[in-house]
Amino acid sequence: MPLLHRITRADHPAISFTLDGVACEGRTGDTVLTAILTQAEHLRLSEFSASPRAGFCQMGACQDCWVVLESGERLRACSTALTAGMRILTRRARAA
Amino acid sequence: MSERPQPVIVGAGPAGIRAAEALVAAGLRPLVVDEAPSCGGQIYRQRLAPDERSTRDLYGSEAQKAEALHRDFAALDGKLDYWPQALLWNLRDGRADIMVAGTSRQVAYDGLLLATGATDRILPIPGWTLPGVFTLGGAQIALKSQGCAIGSRSVFLGSGPLLYLVAWQYMKAGAKVAAVLDTAPFAAKFNLLRGLPLFPGIVLRGMRMTAELKLAGVGLHYGVADPRIEGKNAVETIAWRQGGLEHRLACDGIGYGLALRSETQLADLAGCRFAFNQRDRAALPERDAAGRTSVPGVYLAGDGAGIAGADAAERAGERAALALLQDRSLSPDAARAAVLEAELARIGRFREVLEAAFPFPAHWAKDIADSTILCRCEEVTAGEVRAAIGQFGVHELNRLKAVSRIGMGRCQGRVCGSAAAELLAHETSRGIEAVGRLRSQAPIKPVPLTLALAAQQEAAE
Amino acid sequence: MSRRLTVDVAIIGGGLVGSSAALALRDMGFSVALLDKGFCGAQASGVNYGGVRRQGRPIEQLPLSQRAHAVWPRLKALIGIDGEFLRSGHLKLARNEADMASLEAYAEAVAEQGLDLELIGHNGLRERFGWIGDGVVGASFCAGDGHANPRLVSTGFAAAARRAGVDVMENTAVAGVTRDGDSFALEAAGNLTLRARFVINSAGAWAGPFAESFGEPVPLSRIYPSMVVTEPMEPVMTVNIGMEGGGIYARQVERGNVVVGGERALPLADPDFSRPRGDGAIAIMNNAAALFPGLRHAQAIRFWSGTEGAMPDRNPVIGPSGTTPGLIHAFGFTGAGFQIAPGVGEVLAELVRDGATETPIAAFSIGRFQANSARTDAGSGAGQNQEPQH
Repeated sequence: MPLLHRITRADHPAISFTLDGVACEGRTGDTVLTAILTQAEHLRLSEFSASPRAGFCQMGACQDCWVVLESGERLRACSTALTAGMRILTRRARAA
Repeated sequence: MSERPQPVIVGAGPAGIRAAEALVAAGLRPLVVDEAPSCGGQIYRQRLAPDERSTRDLYGSEAQKAEALHRDFAALDGKLDYWPQALLWNLRDGRADIMVAGTSRQVAYDGLLLATGATDRILPIPGWTLPGVFTLGGAQIALKSQGCAIGSRSVFLGSGPLLYLVAWQYMKAGAKVAAVLDTAPFAAKFNLLRGLPLFPGIVLRGMRMTAELKLAGVGLHYGVADPRIEGKNAVETIAWRQGGLEHRLACDGIGYGLALRSETQLADLAGCRFAFNQRDRAALPERDAAGRTSVPGVYLAGDGAGIAGADAAERAGERAALALLQDRSLSPDAARAAVLEAELARIGRFREVLEAAFPFPAHWAKDIADSTILCRCEEVTAGEVRAAIGQFGVHELNRLKAVSRIGMGRCQGRVCGSAAAELLAHETSRGIEAVGRLRSQAPIKPVPLTLALAAQQEAAE
Repeated sequence: MSRRLTVDVAIIGGGLVGSSAALALRDMGFSVALLDKGFCGAQASGVNYGGVRRQGRPIEQLPLSQRAHAVWPRLKALIGIDGEFLRSGHLKLARNEADMASLEAYAEAVAEQGLDLELIGHNGLRERFGWIGDGVVGASFCAGDGHANPRLVSTGFAAAARRAGVDVMENTAVAGVTRDGDSFALEAAGNLTLRARFVINSAGAWAGPFAESFGEPVPLSRIYPSMVVTEPMEPVMTVNIGMEGGGIYARQVERGNVVVGGERALPLADPDFSRPRGDGAIAIMNNAAALFPGLRHAQAIRFWSGTEGAMPDRNPVIGPSGTTPGLIHAFGFTGAGFQIAPGVGEVLAELVRDGATETPIAAFSIGRFQANSARTDAGSGAGQNQEPQH
């Protein structure tokens, strides 16, 4: 079940991205964190225990929400705006 | 470019904005560096895109202040340099290393005003790393900035004014609030009566929020102890004890926080002297009533220098800017400075009231279960920290960091630092003031290995 | 309140050298006081790069280095933790033919020392270490070398010494040492007066004044090696990497973080503390991303630097004082102390017990500076931006 539930912007223009290869839609004005967690239950797996993580502070302080793109690039989900075509992975524990 | 380098203001929240305004009014052209894409700080954070909500919907009783700050900062356009989405990640020798869009520039500054704000203070509890658990600040940002609720049945847990404010904002926004779990006993709230003569409006507003939550059927629980968050892959329930009885509640989103802690990394890198602050239970950079630190030319304002809230931040920002002007012999308005200091003192007294009404449960530290994760970056448990304290015989926080990895992860102890200090103090039978403070290290937040270095050292144009 | 204490051996400086000496002396039955002006293992010993390597050291250091080499795998038994010691191997890269030639010359010079160096050509590198990027022509591999966690090892030796009965006194700066009859008197912070038959000066970058007060001035300077560590990464690097002629050096710990060193930091207002400059740190980061393509998306999460005592000839001072019986020096490791320190500790203990050691240390005598004839021909290892040889 998604962690975040939209109260506003339900009819804002859609932004396409993929989550673990599956096509998804976010909304204009979404952060990467919002785009993921309105459809999924976690952002990443812990490097050490592989337990799921979904961010914590949402203000760029706790560094819990780094996600990896298929290109290998890393983004801090809470402070990065969603852009069209992002290919996000949530099942890889570490950057490589 | 002027002969002297620009003053640099770090942070475009209430303190940074008012500081910038005062410097511009005196004819200076500051550089304002802020991590966010738009001004306002966390408290008056703006949306990435407009939505159907009004400013009143977003900021409630503080809407006018938010609008004024956003408007006043916009009015400074052209009279200052403003780098949004910029991270000041290192300081030394009067130069700031600032990352903008993957490139780092070295900026010489003459006058550094730090308005770096605060984040939620946390003590680890079982299950606090589960998806669905956010800080109270994080829960508020999800709602305010992203128009999202954390969970479909949210619980708010902890202490501090933010606890009731966020719960109330969720309720007002139409989200389902399952309960408010206050770690302080109900009796603590009587302390707020002492705040009535100081700031009747704030006290009454708080009471109104509580009453409205109650009227809406939200369970308000006081004296909550031993909270435990349970769930397999995400939050499913929260359990706690209250008056000797065990309680459980199903929920799928939790906002948790125990008031706030200051972001002091840059003050540390700037070389400011720190002193232990009993009220905040933390070492804070020393400053005088005007915001001057122990380092000439470095000033502090807002929650980054000790928790006092947004109203204080506006005044402290302006006051610190006046101090900077005075130190440049630009003879600022002395009467204005005195008024600001008097207002700050009054807010300071109110802060004592709030602390009594929303006390920090320091005694939790001794009860943190060995299996509970203390440092979420490095996944170090409380038991591992206790073992390291014993094995290596350490009694100082940086030594504990060296042997246990607490504070060594991506967040550099922002999240676990307070808890590690409390735990170390307890384990070594010392006061928390005696265990030291985590030294800050550059980069204060992660930077890519491929970070490009701008070709020329430059001041902002 | 004043305190008086009498011990057999007083050790000034609780770094890895001092604390390993303390532990060895205690095991021999001596009473020992270990004094540190701050916290044991908090300076160079605890914040260095963490390379545990013999390869690349000047040949005169190798007997001592070999002795230490035998200690590293026994850490668990010795101090209760393995210190994350990993015998990964150490690969020293050559970026051009000239560098490769010096690696070859070094391998030949130390052939009898038991390092078992293996020279690897370009194709061999590609095959075995494909994660190393372009721009490398060959390398020299020392399979027996590795790396460890300095934070744990240095603190662990001091903790083990304390458990063994050493009187470990932290935050206890020694203000002065004097020879008094047939023993020494030390005045230390907290109104502490210590009497000791032997004094070991293992005060690292702060050792100079103690030597000088006994008529043995030394050209001890300070260096501030600069480190960067990444967030935890997928396993990329299988060996500890160095570079002939300087540049960066890097290792990946089991948890996944990659530690990269290179460049030098600069002291802060208080010269006991230092911090990398932004541009220096960026240079290290960029070099690492270029040399190891697997790191090109990594984030750096922390920089640090330490204060290390350096000698002009890059060799430490180890051995008895030339002026004062009972005084023994061990400092000035010039960024190369970590690996050999546990061996130095044993040697120092033997010097106290027997007045001599079988491990050759003549090259490290403090006497080499007395005739105003400081050597500058350090052989393999000279150069300003050299890989610290911890």
